[in-house]
Amino acid sequence: MTKEIKLYGHGLKEDDLKRVILIEDKPSAKYSWSAGTAMSRFLLELKEGRIIGRKCNKCGRILIPPRMYCEVCFRPTDEWIYVRDIGRITTAVVSYISADRARLEKPEVVGVIEFEDAPGSGIFHRLNIKPEDVINRSAFGMKVKAVWKPKEQRNGSITDIEYFEPVKE
Amino acid sequence: MSSEKIIRPNEVIQWFGDMEIGGYIYTVGEAGERFFKTLKDKGLLVASKCDKCGNKYIPPKTFCENCFSEIKEYVEIEPVGIVETYTILHVDKDNKPISPPIVVAFISFDNIKGGLIHKLKINTNELKIGIKVRAKLKPENERKGNINDIEYFEKI
Amino acid sequence: MKTNLNIKNRVAIVGAGLTLFRRRMLDTPKELAWGAVKMALESAGLDIKDVEAVVIGSAPDAFDGVHMKGEYLSDGSGGIGKPTMRVYVGGGTGVFTPIAGWWHVASGLFDVVIAVAEEKMSPAQPHPQYVFKHIWDPIIERPLGLNLIWIFAMEMHRYMYRYNIKKEDVALVSVKNKANALDHPAAQAAGKITVDDVLKSEILVWPVQRLDISPVSDGAAAIVMVSEKIARRLTDSPVWVEGVGWALDSTHWTNRDLSYPKYLEVAARMAYKMANIENPRKEIDVAEVYDPFDYKELHHMEGLMLARKGEAPILTKEGITQRDGDLPINPSGGLLGVGNPIAAAGLMKVAEIFWQLRYEAGKRQVKKPVYTGLAQAWGDLMQVGTVIIMRGG
Repeated sequence: MTKEIKLYGHGLKEDDLKRVILIEDKPSAKYSWSAGTAMSRFLLELKEGRIIGRKCNKCGRILIPPRMYCEVCFRPTDEWIYVRDIGRITTAVVSYISADRARLEKPEVVGVIEFEDAPGSGIFHRLNIKPEDVINRSAFGMKVKAVWKPKEQRNGSITDIEYFEPVKE
Repeated sequence: MSSEKIIRPNEVIQWFGDMEIGGYIYTVGEAGERFFKTLKDKGLLVASKCDKCGNKYIPPKTFCENCFSEIKEYVEIEPVGIVETYTILHVDKDNKPISPPIVVAFISFDNIKGGLIHKLKINTNELKIGIKVRAKLKPENERKGNINDIEYFEKI
Repeated sequence: MKTNLNIKNRVAIVGAGLTLFRRRMLDTPKELAWGAVKMALESAGLDIKDVEAVVIGSAPDAFDGVHMKGEYLSDGSGGIGKPTMRVYVGGGTGVFTPIAGWWHVASGLFDVVIAVAEEKMSPAQPHPQYVFKHIWDPIIERPLGLNLIWIFAMEMHRYMYRYNIKKEDVALVSVKNKANALDHPAAQAAGKITVDDVLKSEILVWPVQRLDISPVSDGAAAIVMVSEKIARRLTDSPVWVEGVGWALDSTHWTNRDLSYPKYLEVAARMAYKMANIENPRKEIDVAEVYDPFDYKELHHMEGLMLARKGEAPILTKEGITQRDGDLPINPSGGLLGVGNPIAAAGLMKVAEIFWQLRYEAGKRQVKKPVYTGLAQAWGDLMQVGTVIIMRGG
């Protein structure tokens, strides 16, 4: 199968699109998801400015995000446990593009935070740290705390936490 | 599952969202280009013809479904066909009544495999499987090169 | 060598086909599938009437914009009126499709099976990347506006941090693969670039830069899989499928150790056990390792136990993974060089190992003698590993 073989297919360049027949459509696909028992409680607690997890007594893990079953032990989880909103950064990146691939004016720093009271847990969130700290890797292992929106602006969503920012050791 | 019981309805959150993107643009392939351009410019349909097994197909594709050979021949035909089956739509996708009801038919063409689905403009007392129908095309300057260049089929 | 498993039929690959891989193609999804299947059948010396069953692989329907896209492809895949099924594990589909094809034949149910994978990403507007918005948890992740590249960047950064790997070391993979792809007829993104080019390219999400990423593509690939008695009739050089493995991890990616793909090790062990391989580094002669991003080649080399943890960059730096090296990796040019139509990319890699083991890869042929080859794919929410091991006849 050498380079000289002619393969099937007709490539198009971007301005070829003006010359070919195109059929356009915009399907609608709206959803209403039930958050379920565990996530509903998690969101309601976020509204109150608290973080809650579920504990599996068999493996000892506190699961955040919480779930009513432990997927490792494959049994129901046993109890609700509050954890402090303090954790450590396990990975962080600096984004210069938005979810829609547009170029950002101000780069956004995001990452995964492992809660201090729940080893192995982790959520994805925004980080209020300097991009340089990500690039020079000093962000890894950095201790951070959640910065909450004011109570009247919280509505039971992951965005009730504005971001996580560094806290003194 | 665990023994948690939800007592109050506001303990279960409904989260709303979508699985939509900006939209889709579909290319039609080489055979499709011929089909839609001929429909737009000449008001005729195009079928693909397999020179190995002789089968003809509408809508045309660049390969023969039967013997898997590459299609190299296309034939133009008048948009005249026969109603193989039909249905009458009384409600739309949101369950709202359609008035007057719309007739949708599957139309086959002489000696050609496949066919087209399209609207049928007809009085219900004339509606029957097997009737001969012809496409009514939009005026040439309103055609865009898609299936709606045919406004509907009507009884001959 | 026989597989370490009690099966009814030994399975051989006797033909392979590809279409071009391009950012956007005129051909419809059905026509792309047909183009690949036709070439595979012709190279095997078979006709569509000889095909008994078809396995179709296509990753999210949301790219092509047609639901039940696998079934949609069936007429172009030769599957009308025949036992046809679709399999789908995101990016892992490309290697999972031939794995499914393998059990169709190994079970004794069928003697001649087509495995075909197709993807058309170009219909998705304004950009195929938008589709990836919907793989995240709708409640706890999407409200934060996640972008797929963010998650790759997070995995890449954790991996680099854990083993103290520099960007220069990772960029070497992109340089190697894009250069390898210059000899591939389907290649979309081949080119001669330098480490410097990579480091100067647009920073998208640190540490990911533009030249670290494979392109978005349309394309299809197909192979013909047959039982031993048919293989012996058709060819003197069948390529035997001797090991298959697959494994899945959870979507709770924030609860996982991102620096090591454990699920890939599970899949690899399953395949190695079947193929009687105890020392992969020594016994695998050539490998096509999934590389949608350059760091993934390193990450996966370690998951496949072809390198010790943290040591894949060293093998790359020493030239061991070049075509003339001791363990050539991605002689095709990989996804970075040839293109990444999600499901078809993995099957393109399987086809490459097929050609390598038959010494039919032209200028891409690796220097050392090859007998045992491996192809691997990965996908979904960074959770699936699929591995296939092949041996020359």
